[in-house]
Amino acid sequence: MKSRRMNLKSTLSALALAAPLALVAMGNDASAEKVLRVAPHADLKNLDPIWTTAYITRNHGYLVYDTLIALDEKLRPQPQMLEKWEVSDDGLKYTFTLRDGLRWHDGSPVVAEDAVASLNRWAKRDTMGQKLMDFTDSLVASSEKVFVLTLKEPYGLVLDSIGKISSNTPFMMKKEMAETDPFEQVPEVIGSGPFIFDKDAWVPGSKVVYRKNEAYVPRSEPASYAAGGKVVKVDTVEWLYIPDPATTMNALIAGEIDYWETVAPDLVPAMEGDPNIVIDVIDPLGTQGWLRPNHLNPPFDNPKARQALLHMVRQADYLRAIVGDEKLWRECGAYFMCDTPLDTAIGADPLMKQDFEMAKKLLAEAGYNGEKVVLMQPTDIPVLSGASLVTAQLLRQVGVNVEVQAMDWSTLTSRRAEKKPVSEGGWNIFHTYSTGADTSSPISNAGVSAGCEEQAWFGWPCDQMIEDLRDQFSREADPEKQKQIVKKLQTRLFEVVPYVNYGQWFQPAAYRKNLSGVLVSPVPFFWNIEVN
Amino acid sequence: MVATPTEVPLGHDKTVSRRAWDYTRRHPTVVIGLGLLLLMVVITLLAPVIAADPLFMNPIDRLRAPQEGMIFGTDMYGRDIFSRTIYGSRISLTVGISVAVLSTVVGLAIGLIAGYNRPFDAIVMRIMDGIMAIPAILLAIALVSLAGASIQNVIIAISIPEIPRVVRLVRSVVLTIREQPYVEAAISVGTNFWKILWRHILPNTVAPLIVQATYVCASAMILEAILSFLGAGTPPEIPTWGNIIAEGRTYFQRAPWIIFFPGLFLAITVLAVNILGDGLRDNLDPRVARRM
Amino acid sequence: MYAYIVRRILATIPVMGVVAVFVFLLLHLTPGDPATVIAGDYARPEDIVRIREQLGLNDPLYIQFGNWLWRLFQGDMGISIFSNLPVTHLIQQRLEPTIMMALTTIIIAIAIAVPLGVLAAWKQGTWVDRAVMVFAVLGFSVPIFVVAYAMIWGFSIKLKWLPVQGYTPIGEGLIPFLRNIIMPAVALGMVYVALIARITRASVMEVLNEDYIRTARAKGLASTTILIRHALKNAAVPIVTIIGIGIALLIGGVVVTESVFNIPGLGRLTVDAILRRDYPIIQGLILVFSGVYVLVNLLIDISYTFLDPRIRY
Repeated sequence: MKSRRMNLKSTLSALALAAPLALVAMGNDASAEKVLRVAPHADLKNLDPIWTTAYITRNHGYLVYDTLIALDEKLRPQPQMLEKWEVSDDGLKYTFTLRDGLRWHDGSPVVAEDAVASLNRWAKRDTMGQKLMDFTDSLVASSEKVFVLTLKEPYGLVLDSIGKISSNTPFMMKKEMAETDPFEQVPEVIGSGPFIFDKDAWVPGSKVVYRKNEAYVPRSEPASYAAGGKVVKVDTVEWLYIPDPATTMNALIAGEIDYWETVAPDLVPAMEGDPNIVIDVIDPLGTQGWLRPNHLNPPFDNPKARQALLHMVRQADYLRAIVGDEKLWRECGAYFMCDTPLDTAIGADPLMKQDFEMAKKLLAEAGYNGEKVVLMQPTDIPVLSGASLVTAQLLRQVGVNVEVQAMDWSTLTSRRAEKKPVSEGGWNIFHTYSTGADTSSPISNAGVSAGCEEQAWFGWPCDQMIEDLRDQFSREADPEKQKQIVKKLQTRLFEVVPYVNYGQWFQPAAYRKNLSGVLVSPVPFFWNIEVN
Repeated sequence: MVATPTEVPLGHDKTVSRRAWDYTRRHPTVVIGLGLLLLMVVITLLAPVIAADPLFMNPIDRLRAPQEGMIFGTDMYGRDIFSRTIYGSRISLTVGISVAVLSTVVGLAIGLIAGYNRPFDAIVMRIMDGIMAIPAILLAIALVSLAGASIQNVIIAISIPEIPRVVRLVRSVVLTIREQPYVEAAISVGTNFWKILWRHILPNTVAPLIVQATYVCASAMILEAILSFLGAGTPPEIPTWGNIIAEGRTYFQRAPWIIFFPGLFLAITVLAVNILGDGLRDNLDPRVARRM
Repeated sequence: MYAYIVRRILATIPVMGVVAVFVFLLLHLTPGDPATVIAGDYARPEDIVRIREQLGLNDPLYIQFGNWLWRLFQGDMGISIFSNLPVTHLIQQRLEPTIMMALTTIIIAIAIAVPLGVLAAWKQGTWVDRAVMVFAVLGFSVPIFVVAYAMIWGFSIKLKWLPVQGYTPIGEGLIPFLRNIIMPAVALGMVYVALIARITRASVMEVLNEDYIRTARAKGLASTTILIRHALKNAAVPIVTIIGIGIALLIGGVVVTESVFNIPGLGRLTVDAILRRDYPIIQGLILVFSGVYVLVNLLIDISYTFLDPRIRY
């Protein structure tokens, strides 16, 4: 009996030792196919970039769709699907000509009618598109390749609108798809972009697969932001969504993925020593944090209470808590971000200097008397969750009776649409952020829109002067004069305080050394990248 | 964890300390479990004295390793992990004990009535079977996400899947006892229902219920941590062990102390409750002890 | 016996009925308006009205329930709010990893726990017994995610033996499959091992104390023969029962394990769906998980009639 037990024991221990060794010895075979494995910043939930403004769907859009015009690294509009455009002398008539060789993924050629239908659908959802259509008299296809946009009166942002780099980007879709109700999602993904969406391989919540579009004809210019040649150098791009940042980092270190789109800043030090990993800020414009008060509910219906928030906030407190590494953030008062053409410090003093006494005084003047202030905290988005906690602590320090309501982001997005008073389920404050591509212009920055309950973004600021200045800006084509308008606009913004900017930070991406040709851009693009 | 009972006769002339020692020798698990648990309770009660404000953020001192002045280190917002862990024990113990009490009381009531009333029994037991068929975690997350994240809702959401187990236990005891000759006799002579309940049924359910309650308490604390970990538990602003671990998991390589200390406290507390439960089971309920 | 089996099968109907009512009511107990959640960020009031009509949310509750149940019987669990795909498709896509992980876990757990339990019972009262029981209590007490992170840290990061995350279908080779599945399965199996080891120890101990075993031992029958032929055989019923009851624990653990190890199975789908309030998916998943639980326990109950002929109904 004794010997039998010994046998069993030794067999077991031998198995226990051998099993891991065998498992270690056999890795995956390297396949001949070149696959770029990406950990995207979010799970791809919807496939229609016109229907939603979600950045992940926009990034998906850039893979499978193409745009007529695209912005280059100096944010200048360049032709992408277009051969050329011509503007009449009075500035009212734009003639656009499609370039040769454009084909939909089903093989049919791209025609001007497709472009007209796509622009019309986009303009029903996008704020810049709506504005463009307000100025538009007609948009018609005049031949297979040519379509004409006629304006009612001169408008400075025609090309910037059609070349809009971020959500909603006017992606071109086949006419049948573009005729879908803009408030419904397109039933199929038929684009003309450099990649083809593999519907069968899509596992929502986990994996998206894009195959190289062999029929795609890239432009000859070098890639620059969304402009230039979209030359695909891999066979397949796989998006592998991993919700947990620590797991994602370990997968990158272990070589199970090649590219991590949004590195949690706190994990940067853990990867810096790894010789196989490159950490880089891909979006040079950065991201701006927004503390958004509800302009309908007291106390923040009173501009003095909103100005009190400016005095209360110190950007460094937020940035240290949510970003950490000082190389990756900066304090910046400019509403249209620092280091952009519209960067100005005018009016920003109250924000840049913390003063609790002033904040208390302004709150008292606004008639605040200890009423409950509801702050919505989205716990599934670490940056916003952290910013909410910082705001809660600061509010308490200036004597505000704050109630932090924890919820997930999708609940928050439905709650924030609520215009009711706090006692009936309404809210006072939430936090969000916006990337430079959206924030750096008064037209695409949704937070500064002050069109009251009907037109403004959640929080509903209401100020005629802001709206007039934004309108002036959109009609102005001269960059110098635009800057003058922005100075007036920003002065007014710091009086009205549609939102409080809690700082600017730079989102690092990380990828393995075997990738080359990763493009610097406000949107992550997957062409031009080579897997060695 | 079965104590090997050494047959020491309990004399009446022994001193209290001697008796305590004997008890410890005979039932070391009960004493160890109870001792650890009491220690946790004391720490919890002393929290305002020994810990600082668990919510205070100090971003300058973020992600500091354990050191003098911050013996458990700090998290990504510069909050003191020691204070958070100590305050966290309040929530964990509250949730564990509340769930144990709530599910026992509700389960006891339903089980007693079900064991006594045939038509009610049929309906209730079908509903209990239905609830038991839904995995506890799934049921709890769904309930919390419905009702909103708060401690009360977490307690209720964790209690509901535990209730059917208590109901079954109580019901089976009631059914067995009802058939005992002396109870049948009592019923036949028309003894008041409440009297039967109080005299015969309740005393017999106490022992298995206490044992069951300790296990419910242990599993409730783990479930609370899991709910928080998945982002569907107590509001993250409240420092519970589950929340601290959930927030710290991103940093588990860079700052392992954030999850280590609350994890350790959680494991020790659950271990204490489980050991206590095992000990009580051997001690109070020999019938169950023989089976497990 | 067949009458018993039929009765047992019929008994699952009211259970699943209760589950179905609960699952249906889920959407209607929410504080927010489901249509508002579905419509998304930039919805206009008229979109919300339209969605409400599309989903039939304006009908009385009992009509909605009837329609929902009718579609369910036709295998239609509705359309996911976020991905716009049929829920049945999404669940099918995710089935394989979860089933494979559950099976691997059960196999590993039984392979570890039964010998441990038998050993503890055999060595009753010695340090071996105590060690096994301490291990079993630990298995209950340490949260699964703590075990999982500790294993990732040790085996993947420090020793670099196993991949950190992910899943490889068994169709792509047994070894790659095992490399991915082994850590999640062991982490998931901890509670299971604890549970089975305890019950095995208790059952075997009980049998070992029976007179006929004592007789057999006295007669000098080989210990292993006694253990296997008599003790283990008689302990089979409680062990099988606990495996059935443990299915509920396993399903709960799957939700956590798949999140930590990033396995694209039903558990991840559950967490994602709940965090996004994708109600049709949540409803489908609760139905599926509960169905599995009921089915497994049905099979186990029926298997008693074969395992232990003494049981009569």
